[in-house]
Amino acid sequence: MEMEVINNLINGGAVTDVLFYVFAALTLLCGVLVIANPFSRSPVTSAMFLVLTILSMAGLFVLLHAFFLAAVQILVYAGAVMVLFLFVIMLLDLKEEERRKLKLFGLLGGLVSVGTVLAIFMRSLAAIKPAGAAPQLEGSTPDLGRLLFSQYVLPFEIVSVLLLVAMVGVILLSKKKLE
Amino acid sequence: MDWNFIIFSVVKVLVVFGALLTMVAYSVMAERKIAAWIQDRPGPNRVAPPFVKYLPILGPFLTRMGFFQPLADGLKSFLKEDFTPGGVKKIYFWLAPAVAIIPALMTVAVIPFGSVLGQQQMVIADLNVGILYTFGIVSLGVYGIVLAGYAANSKYPFLGGIRASAQMISYEIAMGMSVIPVLLIAGDLNLSGIIAWQTTHHWLICYAPISFVIFLVSAFAETNRTPFDFAEAEQELAGGYNVEYSSMKFALFPMGEYAAMLASAGMMVTLFFGGWTLPFWGLDQSAPSLGMGLVHILVFIAKMLFFMVVFIWVRWMFPRFRYDQLMDLGWRRFLPLALANILITAIVLWLQSGK
Repeated sequence: MEMEVINNLINGGAVTDVLFYVFAALTLLCGVLVIANPFSRSPVTSAMFLVLTILSMAGLFVLLHAFFLAAVQILVYAGAVMVLFLFVIMLLDLKEEERRKLKLFGLLGGLVSVGTVLAIFMRSLAAIKPAGAAPQLEGSTPDLGRLLFSQYVLPFEIVSVLLLVAMVGVILLSKKKLE
Repeated sequence: MDWNFIIFSVVKVLVVFGALLTMVAYSVMAERKIAAWIQDRPGPNRVAPPFVKYLPILGPFLTRMGFFQPLADGLKSFLKEDFTPGGVKKIYFWLAPAVAIIPALMTVAVIPFGSVLGQQQMVIADLNVGILYTFGIVSLGVYGIVLAGYAANSKYPFLGGIRASAQMISYEIAMGMSVIPVLLIAGDLNLSGIIAWQTTHHWLICYAPISFVIFLVSAFAETNRTPFDFAEAEQELAGGYNVEYSSMKFALFPMGEYAAMLASAGMMVTLFFGGWTLPFWGLDQSAPSLGMGLVHILVFIAKMLFFMVVFIWVRWMFPRFRYDQLMDLGWRRFLPLALANILITAIVLWLQSGK
Protein backbone atom coordinates (compact mmCIF):
# COMPACT_ATOMS: atom_id res chain seq x y z
CA MET A 1 0.00 0.00 0.00
CA GLU A 2 2.63 2.48 1.05
CA MET A 3 4.87 1.28 -1.74
CA GLU A 4 2.07 2.04 -4.19
CA VAL A 5 1.64 5.55 -2.87
CA ILE A 6 5.34 6.26 -3.19
CA ASN A 7 5.37 4.69 -6.65
CA ASN A 8 2.59 6.99 -7.78
CA LEU A 9 4.38 9.97 -6.35
CA ILE A 10 7.56 9.16 -8.25
CA ASN A 11 5.86 8.38 -11.55
CA GLY A 12 3.33 11.20 -11.42
CA GLY A 13 5.94 13.97 -11.48
CA ALA A 14 5.21 14.89 -7.87
CA VAL A 15 8.92 14.73 -7.06
CA THR A 16 9.58 17.31 -9.74
CA ASP A 17 6.86 19.53 -8.31
CA VAL A 18 8.21 19.23 -4.79
CA LEU A 19 11.73 19.93 -6.02
CA PHE A 20 10.46 22.99 -7.88
CA TYR A 21 8.98 24.44 -4.69
CA VAL A 22 12.12 23.58 -2.72
CA PHE A 23 14.41 25.27 -5.21
CA ALA A 24 12.09 28.24 -5.69
CA ALA A 25 11.82 28.76 -1.93
CA LEU A 26 15.60 28.44 -1.56
CA THR A 27 16.17 30.96 -4.35
CA LEU A 28 13.87 33.51 -2.76
CA LEU A 29 15.05 32.92 0.80
CA CYS A 30 18.73 33.14 -0.08
CA GLY A 31 18.03 36.15 -2.28
CA VAL A 32 16.45 37.97 0.65
CA LEU A 33 19.32 36.96 2.92
CA VAL A 34 21.79 38.48 0.46
CA ILE A 35 20.38 41.96 0.98
CA ALA A 36 18.82 41.79 4.43
CA ASN A 37 20.41 39.25 6.73
CA PRO A 38 19.26 39.79 10.32
CA PHE A 39 22.13 37.74 11.77
CA SER A 40 25.13 39.13 10.00
CA ARG A 41 26.10 42.31 8.19
CA SER A 42 29.23 40.72 6.78
CA PRO A 43 29.59 41.20 2.99
CA VAL A 44 31.21 37.77 2.74
CA THR A 45 28.04 36.16 4.14
CA SER A 46 25.96 38.09 1.62
CA ALA A 47 28.21 36.89 -1.19
CA MET A 48 27.92 33.28 -0.01
CA PHE A 49 24.12 33.55 0.04
CA LEU A 50 24.27 34.92 -3.49
CA VAL A 51 26.21 31.78 -4.45
CA LEU A 52 23.43 29.68 -2.89
CA THR A 53 20.82 31.68 -4.82
CA ILE A 54 22.68 30.97 -8.06
CA LEU A 55 22.94 27.28 -7.24
CA SER A 56 19.21 27.03 -6.51
CA MET A 57 18.47 28.77 -9.79
CA ALA A 58 20.64 26.19 -11.54
CA GLY A 59 18.41 23.60 -9.86
CA LEU A 60 15.35 25.30 -11.38
CA PHE A 61 17.00 25.19 -14.81
CA VAL A 62 17.59 21.46 -14.41
CA LEU A 63 13.91 20.96 -13.61
CA LEU A 64 13.13 22.76 -16.89
CA HIS A 65 15.47 20.30 -18.70
CA ALA A 66 17.80 23.20 -19.56
CA PHE A 67 20.91 21.28 -18.56
CA PHE A 68 23.25 23.45 -20.59
CA LEU A 69 22.00 26.63 -18.95
CA ALA A 70 22.21 25.04 -15.51
CA ALA A 71 25.81 23.95 -16.04
CA VAL A 72 26.85 27.32 -17.47
CA GLN A 73 25.06 29.13 -14.65
CA ILE A 74 27.17 27.27 -12.09
CA LEU A 75 30.35 27.43 -14.14
CA VAL A 76 30.23 31.16 -14.89
CA TYR A 77 28.34 32.77 -12.01
CA ALA A 78 29.00 30.52 -9.01
CA GLY A 79 32.41 29.34 -10.14
CA ALA A 80 34.02 32.45 -11.57
CA VAL A 81 32.11 35.71 -11.01
CA MET A 82 31.30 35.11 -7.37
CA VAL A 83 34.82 33.91 -6.58
CA LEU A 84 36.11 37.22 -7.95
CA PHE A 85 33.53 39.07 -5.83
CA LEU A 86 34.72 37.23 -2.73
CA PHE A 87 38.30 37.91 -3.72
CA VAL A 88 37.69 41.66 -3.86
CA ILE A 89 35.53 41.75 -0.73
CA MET A 90 38.19 39.94 1.27
CA LEU A 91 40.94 42.27 0.09
CA LEU A 92 38.98 45.41 0.98
CA ASP A 93 38.65 46.55 4.55
CA LEU A 94 34.91 46.54 5.02
CA LYS A 95 34.53 47.27 8.75
CA GLU A 96 32.76 50.51 7.79
CA GLU A 97 30.23 48.63 5.62
CA GLU A 98 29.42 46.22 8.41
CA ARG A 99 28.54 48.99 10.82
CA ARG A 100 26.34 50.85 8.39
CA LYS A 101 22.62 50.80 9.13
CA LEU A 102 19.89 50.40 6.55
CA LYS A 103 18.89 53.78 5.16
CA LEU A 104 15.23 54.70 4.72
CA PHE A 105 15.81 56.21 1.29
CA GLY A 106 17.66 53.16 0.00
CA LEU A 107 14.97 50.85 1.34
CA LEU A 108 12.23 52.90 -0.27
CA GLY A 109 14.02 53.11 -3.61
CA GLY A 110 14.62 49.36 -3.59
CA LEU A 111 10.99 48.55 -2.80
CA VAL A 112 9.70 50.88 -5.52
CA SER A 113 11.97 49.38 -8.19
CA VAL A 114 11.15 45.82 -7.17
CA GLY A 115 7.44 46.72 -7.28
CA THR A 116 7.79 48.17 -10.76
CA VAL A 117 9.59 45.10 -12.10
CA LEU A 118 7.00 42.87 -10.44
CA ALA A 119 4.13 44.83 -12.00
CA ILE A 120 5.64 44.56 -15.49
CA PHE A 121 6.27 40.86 -14.94
CA MET A 122 2.73 40.17 -13.73
CA ARG A 123 1.16 42.04 -16.62
CA SER A 124 3.21 40.23 -19.23
CA LEU A 125 2.47 36.89 -17.55
CA ALA A 126 -1.24 37.65 -17.59
CA ALA A 127 -1.05 38.56 -21.29
CA ILE A 128 0.35 35.13 -22.24
CA LYS A 129 -2.27 32.65 -23.34
CA PRO A 130 -1.33 29.00 -22.85
CA ALA A 131 -0.90 27.61 -26.37
CA GLY A 132 -2.46 24.17 -26.19
CA ALA A 133 -0.01 21.48 -25.14
CA ALA A 134 3.19 22.49 -23.38
CA PRO A 135 6.14 22.55 -25.80
CA GLN A 136 8.65 19.76 -25.67
CA LEU A 137 11.30 20.91 -23.22
CA GLU A 138 14.66 19.55 -24.25
CA GLY A 139 17.43 22.13 -24.03
CA SER A 140 19.99 20.13 -25.92
CA THR A 141 23.25 21.94 -26.59
CA PRO A 142 23.38 21.53 -30.43
CA ASP A 143 19.84 22.92 -30.77
CA LEU A 144 20.68 25.86 -28.55
CA GLY A 145 23.83 26.57 -30.56
CA ARG A 146 21.94 26.35 -33.85
CA LEU A 147 19.31 28.82 -32.61
CA LEU A 148 21.97 31.22 -31.35
CA PHE A 149 23.72 31.26 -34.71
CA SER A 150 20.63 31.43 -36.92
CA GLN A 151 17.51 33.01 -35.49
CA TYR A 152 19.17 35.02 -32.72
CA VAL A 153 22.50 35.78 -34.35
CA LEU A 154 22.10 39.58 -34.19
CA PRO A 155 21.42 39.86 -30.43
CA PHE A 156 24.11 37.28 -29.85
CA GLU A 157 26.70 39.29 -31.77
CA ILE A 158 25.63 42.53 -30.09
CA VAL A 159 26.15 40.95 -26.68
CA SER A 160 29.57 39.69 -27.81
CA VAL A 161 30.59 43.20 -28.89
CA LEU A 162 29.32 44.58 -25.58
CA LEU A 163 31.46 42.11 -23.67
CA LEU A 164 34.46 42.96 -25.83
CA VAL A 165 33.97 46.67 -25.13
CA ALA A 166 33.71 45.95 -21.41
CA MET A 167 36.91 43.91 -21.55
CA VAL A 168 38.84 46.64 -23.37
CA GLY A 169 37.50 49.15 -20.86
CA VAL A 170 38.66 47.10 -17.90
CA ILE A 171 42.12 46.70 -19.39
CA LEU A 172 42.34 50.46 -19.95
CA LEU A 173 41.16 51.23 -16.41
CA SER A 174 43.49 48.82 -14.70
CA LYS A 175 46.51 49.62 -16.84
CA LYS A 176 49.23 51.74 -15.31
CA LYS A 177 49.55 55.23 -16.75
CA LEU A 178 51.67 55.25 -19.85
CA GLU A 179 54.68 57.57 -19.82
CA MET B 1 11.86 6.58 -12.92
CA ASP B 2 11.25 3.18 -11.46
CA TRP B 3 12.41 1.23 -8.45
CA ASN B 4 15.07 -0.62 -10.41
CA PHE B 5 16.69 2.64 -11.40
CA ILE B 6 16.62 4.04 -7.87
CA ILE B 7 18.02 0.91 -6.23
CA PHE B 8 20.81 0.46 -8.77
CA SER B 9 21.69 4.16 -8.60
CA VAL B 10 22.00 4.00 -4.84
CA VAL B 11 24.18 0.89 -5.09
CA LYS B 12 26.39 2.54 -7.71
CA VAL B 13 26.74 5.72 -5.66
CA LEU B 14 27.71 3.76 -2.54
CA VAL B 15 30.19 1.51 -4.35
CA VAL B 16 31.83 4.38 -6.22
CA PHE B 17 31.98 6.49 -3.07
CA GLY B 18 33.58 3.65 -1.12
CA ALA B 19 36.04 2.86 -3.89
CA LEU B 20 36.95 6.52 -4.26
CA LEU B 21 37.65 7.01 -0.55
CA THR B 22 39.72 3.81 -0.47
CA MET B 23 41.68 5.06 -3.45
CA VAL B 24 42.16 8.41 -1.71
CA ALA B 25 43.57 6.65 1.36
CA TYR B 26 45.92 4.51 -0.70
CA SER B 27 46.96 7.45 -2.88
CA VAL B 28 48.29 9.09 0.26
CA MET B 29 50.17 5.87 1.00
CA ALA B 30 51.48 5.72 -2.57
CA GLU B 31 52.54 9.35 -2.34
CA ARG B 32 54.60 8.65 0.76
CA LYS B 33 56.09 5.47 -0.67
CA ILE B 34 57.00 7.01 -4.05
CA ALA B 35 58.43 10.08 -2.34
CA ALA B 36 60.54 7.74 -0.24
CA TRP B 37 61.83 5.82 -3.28
CA ILE B 38 62.69 9.05 -5.10
CA GLN B 39 64.56 10.32 -2.04
CA ASP B 40 66.22 6.94 -1.45
CA ARG B 41 64.70 6.07 1.91
CA PRO B 42 62.34 3.24 2.91
CA GLY B 43 59.18 5.24 3.62
CA PRO B 44 56.36 3.96 5.89
CA ASN B 45 57.33 0.34 6.56
CA ARG B 46 56.36 -0.75 10.07
CA VAL B 47 52.70 -0.07 10.85
CA ALA B 48 50.81 -3.33 11.24
CA PRO B 49 47.81 -4.48 13.25
CA PRO B 50 48.61 -7.18 15.82
CA PHE B 51 49.04 -10.76 14.59
CA VAL B 52 49.79 -9.74 11.00
CA LYS B 53 53.43 -10.62 11.53
CA TYR B 54 52.44 -14.28 12.03
CA LEU B 55 51.19 -14.49 8.43
CA PRO B 56 53.96 -16.40 6.64
CA ILE B 57 55.30 -14.25 3.76
CA LEU B 58 52.42 -11.91 3.04
CA GLY B 59 52.39 -10.32 6.50
CA PRO B 60 55.90 -8.88 6.57
CA PHE B 61 55.64 -7.98 2.89
CA LEU B 62 52.43 -5.95 3.35
CA THR B 63 53.92 -4.29 6.42
CA ARG B 64 57.05 -3.31 4.51
CA MET B 65 54.91 -1.93 1.68
CA GLY B 66 53.10 0.29 4.18
CA PHE B 67 49.79 -1.40 3.42
CA PHE B 68 48.32 -0.64 6.86
CA GLN B 69 49.61 2.93 7.03
CA PRO B 70 46.32 4.54 5.83
CA LEU B 71 44.48 2.85 8.73
CA ALA B 72 46.88 4.38 11.21
CA ASP B 73 46.73 7.79 9.49
CA GLY B 74 42.94 7.77 9.55
CA LEU B 75 42.81 6.71 13.19
CA LYS B 76 45.31 9.41 14.11
CA SER B 77 43.21 12.08 12.38
CA PHE B 78 40.12 11.07 14.31
CA LEU B 79 41.84 10.80 17.68
CA LYS B 80 43.72 14.11 17.59
CA GLU B 81 42.26 17.05 19.45
CA ASP B 82 39.89 19.04 17.30
CA PHE B 83 41.04 22.50 18.24
CA THR B 84 39.18 25.65 17.24
CA PRO B 85 41.47 28.66 17.65
CA GLY B 86 40.04 31.82 19.18
CA GLY B 87 39.20 34.54 16.67
CA VAL B 88 38.25 32.28 13.79
CA LYS B 89 34.94 32.83 12.05
CA LYS B 90 33.23 29.71 13.38
CA ILE B 91 30.60 29.00 10.72
CA TYR B 92 33.00 29.29 7.81
CA PHE B 93 35.68 27.48 9.79
CA TRP B 94 33.35 24.48 10.05
CA LEU B 95 31.98 24.83 6.54
CA ALA B 96 35.25 25.14 4.62
CA PRO B 97 36.55 21.54 4.94
CA ALA B 98 33.20 20.18 3.75
CA VAL B 99 33.06 22.63 0.86
CA ALA B 100 36.60 21.59 -0.07
CA ILE B 101 35.86 17.87 -0.37
CA ILE B 102 32.27 17.72 -1.66
CA PRO B 103 32.88 19.09 -5.20
CA ALA B 104 35.81 16.72 -5.67
CA LEU B 105 33.55 13.77 -4.81
CA MET B 106 30.63 15.05 -6.92
CA THR B 107 32.71 15.27 -10.09
CA VAL B 108 33.00 11.51 -10.27
CA ALA B 109 29.23 11.13 -10.80
CA VAL B 110 29.40 11.68 -14.58
CA ILE B 111 32.59 9.79 -15.39
CA PRO B 112 31.88 6.42 -17.04
CA PHE B 113 34.13 3.97 -15.23
CA GLY B 114 33.14 0.88 -17.24
CA SER B 115 30.89 -0.24 -20.08
CA VAL B 116 28.08 -2.37 -18.70
CA LEU B 117 27.78 -4.88 -15.89
CA GLY B 118 24.83 -7.10 -16.66
CA GLN B 119 22.14 -4.61 -17.70
CA GLN B 120 23.57 -1.66 -15.82
CA GLN B 121 25.56 1.11 -17.47
CA MET B 122 28.65 1.76 -15.41
CA VAL B 123 28.15 5.48 -14.86
CA ILE B 124 26.16 7.10 -12.08
CA ALA B 125 24.59 9.89 -14.12
CA ASP B 126 24.81 9.80 -17.90
CA LEU B 127 24.29 13.57 -18.32
CA ASN B 128 24.13 14.97 -21.83
CA VAL B 129 26.27 17.92 -20.67
CA GLY B 130 28.72 15.76 -18.73
CA ILE B 131 31.82 17.85 -19.37
CA LEU B 132 30.14 21.14 -18.49
CA TYR B 133 28.85 19.58 -15.28
CA THR B 134 32.37 18.54 -14.35
CA PHE B 135 33.79 21.97 -15.00
CA GLY B 136 30.96 23.62 -13.11
CA ILE B 137 31.47 21.45 -10.04
CA VAL B 138 35.26 21.73 -10.19
CA SER B 139 34.93 25.50 -10.27
CA LEU B 140 33.06 25.31 -6.95
CA GLY B 141 36.04 23.60 -5.33
CA VAL B 142 37.83 26.92 -4.95
CA TYR B 143 35.32 28.00 -2.28
CA GLY B 144 36.69 25.46 0.18
CA ILE B 145 40.16 26.96 0.07
CA VAL B 146 39.04 30.59 -0.08
CA LEU B 147 36.68 30.14 2.87
CA ALA B 148 39.32 28.25 4.85
CA GLY B 149 41.73 31.12 4.31
CA TYR B 150 39.12 33.69 5.24
CA ALA B 151 37.70 31.88 8.26
CA ALA B 152 41.09 31.35 9.91
CA ASN B 153 41.37 35.11 10.35
CA SER B 154 45.15 35.15 10.28
CA LYS B 155 47.57 36.28 7.65
CA TYR B 156 49.22 33.12 6.28
CA PRO B 157 46.00 31.21 5.62
CA PHE B 158 44.51 34.36 4.14
CA LEU B 159 47.39 34.81 1.69
CA GLY B 160 47.14 31.12 0.79
CA GLY B 161 43.41 31.42 0.12
CA ILE B 162 43.82 34.55 -2.01
CA ARG B 163 46.61 32.97 -4.03
CA ALA B 164 44.59 29.82 -4.56
CA SER B 165 41.51 31.64 -5.78
CA ALA B 166 43.46 33.69 -8.33
CA GLN B 167 45.33 30.62 -9.51
CA MET B 168 42.31 28.35 -9.82
CA ILE B 169 40.24 30.89 -11.71
CA SER B 170 43.08 31.55 -14.14
CA TYR B 171 43.70 27.92 -14.92
CA GLU B 172 40.02 27.07 -15.12
CA ILE B 173 39.86 29.25 -18.21
CA ALA B 174 42.85 27.58 -19.87
CA MET B 175 41.44 24.18 -18.92
CA GLY B 176 37.98 24.91 -20.28
CA MET B 177 39.40 26.28 -23.52
CA SER B 178 41.71 23.29 -23.93
CA VAL B 179 38.80 20.86 -23.97
CA ILE B 180 36.82 22.62 -26.71
CA PRO B 181 38.82 21.00 -29.60
CA VAL B 182 38.01 17.61 -28.08
CA LEU B 183 34.32 18.48 -28.11
CA LEU B 184 34.57 19.76 -31.68
CA ILE B 185 36.21 16.56 -32.87
CA ALA B 186 34.00 14.14 -30.97
CA GLY B 187 30.87 16.25 -31.49
CA ASP B 188 29.39 15.41 -28.12
CA LEU B 189 29.28 16.84 -24.60
CA ASN B 190 28.33 13.50 -23.13
CA LEU B 191 31.30 11.60 -21.72
CA SER B 192 29.93 8.20 -22.77
CA GLY B 193 29.50 9.65 -26.27
CA ILE B 194 33.11 10.80 -26.31
CA ILE B 195 34.28 7.32 -25.34
CA ALA B 196 32.03 5.80 -28.01
CA TRP B 197 33.62 8.10 -30.59
CA GLN B 198 37.06 6.95 -29.51
CA THR B 199 36.14 3.30 -30.07
CA THR B 200 35.42 3.93 -33.77
CA HIS B 201 38.44 6.22 -34.26
CA HIS B 202 41.77 6.45 -32.44
CA TRP B 203 42.13 7.84 -28.93
CA LEU B 204 41.65 11.58 -28.85
CA ILE B 205 45.22 12.19 -27.70
CA CYS B 206 46.22 11.49 -31.34
CA TYR B 207 43.92 14.25 -32.61
CA ALA B 208 44.35 16.86 -29.87
CA PRO B 209 47.80 16.54 -28.28
CA ILE B 210 48.05 20.26 -27.48
CA SER B 211 44.72 20.09 -25.67
CA PHE B 212 46.07 17.26 -23.57
CA VAL B 213 49.24 19.12 -22.58
CA ILE B 214 47.28 22.21 -21.52
CA PHE B 215 44.73 20.06 -19.70
CA LEU B 216 47.42 18.13 -17.85
CA VAL B 217 49.26 21.23 -16.66
CA SER B 218 46.01 22.98 -15.73
CA ALA B 219 44.97 19.92 -13.76
CA PHE B 220 48.08 20.33 -11.63
CA ALA B 221 47.16 23.97 -11.01
CA GLU B 222 43.49 23.17 -10.34
CA THR B 223 44.33 20.55 -7.74
CA ASN B 224 46.97 22.78 -6.13
CA ARG B 225 49.76 20.27 -6.66
CA THR B 226 53.44 21.02 -6.96
CA PRO B 227 54.79 22.75 -9.10
CA PHE B 228 51.74 24.99 -8.53
CA ASP B 229 51.03 24.48 -4.82
CA PHE B 230 50.94 28.15 -3.91
CA ALA B 231 47.97 27.72 -1.62
CA GLU B 232 50.19 25.75 0.75
CA ALA B 233 53.80 26.72 0.03
CA GLU B 234 55.25 25.60 3.38
CA GLN B 235 58.39 27.67 3.04
CA GLU B 236 56.53 30.92 2.49
CA LEU B 237 53.15 30.52 4.15
CA ALA B 238 53.87 27.90 6.81
CA GLY B 239 51.28 25.62 5.20
CA GLY B 240 48.87 28.17 3.78
CA TYR B 241 45.10 27.98 3.97
CA ASN B 242 44.99 25.02 6.37
CA VAL B 243 47.41 26.25 9.07
CA GLU B 244 44.73 26.81 11.71
CA TYR B 245 43.05 23.45 11.19
CA SER B 246 43.64 20.29 13.17
CA SER B 247 42.35 16.74 13.45
CA MET B 248 39.74 15.46 10.98
CA LYS B 249 38.91 18.98 9.76
CA PHE B 250 42.51 19.25 8.60
CA ALA B 251 42.48 15.78 7.09
CA LEU B 252 39.50 16.67 4.90
CA PHE B 253 41.64 19.13 2.90
CA PRO B 254 44.25 16.60 1.74
CA MET B 255 41.41 14.12 1.16
CA GLY B 256 39.71 16.69 -1.06
CA GLU B 257 42.96 17.29 -2.89
CA TYR B 258 43.49 13.59 -3.58
CA ALA B 259 39.85 13.11 -4.59
CA ALA B 260 40.24 16.03 -7.02
CA MET B 261 43.40 14.41 -8.39
CA LEU B 262 41.55 11.14 -8.91
CA ALA B 263 38.67 12.97 -10.59
CA SER B 264 40.97 14.85 -12.96
CA ALA B 265 42.88 11.64 -13.70
CA GLY B 266 39.51 10.09 -14.54
CA MET B 267 38.67 13.04 -16.79
CA MET B 268 41.99 12.80 -18.61
CA VAL B 269 41.50 9.08 -19.18
CA THR B 270 37.96 9.64 -20.43
CA LEU B 271 38.69 12.61 -22.67
CA PHE B 272 42.06 11.64 -24.16
CA PHE B 273 42.78 7.98 -23.52
CA GLY B 274 39.61 6.16 -24.46
CA GLY B 275 38.12 5.71 -20.99
CA TRP B 276 37.51 2.02 -20.24
CA THR B 277 38.44 0.87 -23.74
CA LEU B 278 41.58 -0.76 -25.06
CA PRO B 279 42.03 -0.94 -28.85
CA PHE B 280 42.76 -4.67 -28.95
CA TRP B 281 41.20 -8.01 -27.87
CA GLY B 282 37.78 -6.54 -28.61
CA LEU B 283 37.95 -4.55 -25.40
CA ASP B 284 36.52 -1.47 -27.13
CA GLN B 285 33.01 -2.92 -27.39
CA SER B 286 30.33 -2.97 -24.72
CA ALA B 287 30.95 -5.94 -22.44
CA PRO B 288 28.98 -9.07 -23.40
CA SER B 289 29.52 -10.76 -20.03
CA LEU B 290 30.04 -9.92 -16.38
CA GLY B 291 33.71 -10.85 -16.57
CA MET B 292 34.36 -8.51 -19.49
CA GLY B 293 32.51 -5.76 -17.64
CA LEU B 294 34.85 -6.19 -14.70
CA VAL B 295 37.86 -6.13 -17.04
CA HIS B 296 36.65 -2.79 -18.42
CA ILE B 297 36.43 -1.35 -14.92
CA LEU B 298 39.92 -2.62 -14.14
CA VAL B 299 41.27 -1.09 -17.37
CA PHE B 300 39.77 2.26 -16.39
CA ILE B 301 41.23 2.09 -12.88
CA ALA B 302 44.64 1.07 -14.23
CA LYS B 303 44.71 4.06 -16.58
CA MET B 304 43.65 6.34 -13.73
CA LEU B 305 46.37 4.99 -11.46
CA PHE B 306 48.94 5.71 -14.14
CA PHE B 307 48.01 9.40 -14.03
CA MET B 308 47.99 9.35 -10.24
CA VAL B 309 51.59 8.13 -10.34
CA VAL B 310 52.40 10.97 -12.76
CA PHE B 311 50.86 13.48 -10.34
CA ILE B 312 52.90 12.10 -7.45
CA TRP B 313 56.10 11.71 -9.43
CA VAL B 314 55.99 15.33 -10.64
CA ARG B 315 55.49 16.56 -7.10
CA TRP B 316 58.75 15.05 -5.94
CA MET B 317 60.79 15.83 -9.04
CA PHE B 318 60.09 19.49 -9.76
CA PRO B 319 60.52 22.69 -7.75
CA ARG B 320 57.71 25.17 -7.27
CA PHE B 321 57.19 27.95 -9.82
CA ARG B 322 57.31 31.58 -8.83
CA TYR B 323 53.86 33.16 -8.55
CA ASP B 324 54.32 35.60 -11.44
CA GLN B 325 55.64 32.75 -13.61
CA LEU B 326 52.50 30.80 -12.85
CA MET B 327 50.24 33.67 -13.87
CA ASP B 328 52.37 34.34 -16.93
CA LEU B 329 52.14 30.71 -18.02
CA GLY B 330 48.38 30.60 -17.51
CA TRP B 331 47.35 33.86 -19.16
CA ARG B 332 50.07 34.68 -21.67
CA ARG B 333 51.06 31.20 -22.87
CA PHE B 334 48.23 28.72 -22.36
CA LEU B 335 45.24 30.93 -23.08
CA PRO B 336 46.45 32.11 -26.55
CA LEU B 337 47.69 28.61 -27.31
CA ALA B 338 44.32 27.12 -26.39
CA LEU B 339 42.46 29.72 -28.47
CA ALA B 340 44.70 29.06 -31.47
CA ASN B 341 44.15 25.34 -30.95
CA ILE B 342 40.37 25.83 -31.10
CA LEU B 343 40.65 27.91 -34.26
CA ILE B 344 42.95 25.49 -36.07
CA THR B 345 40.89 22.46 -35.08
CA ALA B 346 37.71 24.15 -36.27
CA ILE B 347 39.30 25.12 -39.60
CA VAL B 348 40.66 21.62 -40.19
CA LEU B 349 37.28 20.08 -39.36
CA TRP B 350 35.58 22.55 -41.69
CA LEU B 351 37.94 21.70 -44.56
CA GLN B 352 37.45 17.98 -43.93
CA SER B 353 33.68 18.28 -43.98
CA GLY B 354 34.16 19.56 -47.55
CA LYS B 355 31.69 22.42 -47.62
